[in-house]
Amino acid sequence: MVSTSFTPIASLVGGALIGLSAVLLMWANGRIAAVSGIAARLFPPYEDGEFAGRLAFVAGLVAAPMLVLFVTGSLPAQTIAAGPAVLIVGGLLTGFGSVWGSGCTSGHGVCGLSRLSARSLVATITFMATGVATVFVMRHWS
Amino acid sequence: MAILVQFVVGLIFGLGLIVSGMSNPAKVLNFLDIGGISAGTWDASLAFVMAGAIAVTFIGFNRVPRRARPFFAERFYLPTRRDIDPRIIAGPAIFGIGWGLAGFCPGPALTALGFGSVSAVIFVAAMSAGMVLARFIARLPSLTRFVTPADPLET
Repeated sequence: MVSTSFTPIASLVGGALIGLSAVLLMWANGRIAAVSGIAARLFPPYEDGEFAGRLAFVAGLVAAPMLVLFVTGSLPAQTIAAGPAVLIVGGLLTGFGSVWGSGCTSGHGVCGLSRLSARSLVATITFMATGVATVFVMRHWS
Repeated sequence: MAILVQFVVGLIFGLGLIVSGMSNPAKVLNFLDIGGISAGTWDASLAFVMAGAIAVTFIGFNRVPRRARPFFAERFYLPTRRDIDPRIIAGPAIFGIGWGLAGFCPGPALTALGFGSVSAVIFVAAMSAGMVLARFIARLPSLTRFVTPADPLET
């Protein structure tokens, strides 16, 4: 396990940026900033003409660290402890579950909770609970 | 222009993930590790990310939809479902397990691609396959008879 330091100020500021992004998307496109929904719709079946916009949003997500690297000359720490097998299983479950449940941490956790959606509250409590349970099993039962 | 704006919106989202520390799966896993509370290794940062984000969206989502229409679209597309169906529990339950295994949820996983990490490529490839599979299964006729709407993304 890699220990990390508690960063309340940076996390509040970064969180506010995420919120600002979600509000901007609502203002510009009238849509919820749900990363799982945006990413999933990059694959067929296509139901509307929003593909280019979704691709641009995802390109922005991917470009963010490059901008940070360009401006500051370095990237913040990123520790991915999981091996290939765990990454594949984790990725499959994350992709499947976020689409099956109509959203992930951004769609339900941020956007849904701020709209006081009961569905999003149930979803957020559920993924927090299974996330905590999974880490507990992985770290403390072995 | 609308495309450029969506790129910038994604860029701000990604910067938020990086500044907040959520682009680092180790921080996410250390938040989910409640066993770390007594051990002193618990990292509460993720709660502050949620608080910062919701503080902004709570105000913004209250104000913006009062406008006549979005800047680049004909209307607002706000979720309208209120029912608690099995899927709103099963989906997040499955997602949470994946999240707890690798420490990635969809946003940070995509941003991690820009770090040039091979692990992120593996995770995003598997995540994409999971997304396609979920949409495919949701559309099978045998399921649509019991569950509406067919596409879980429509809610």
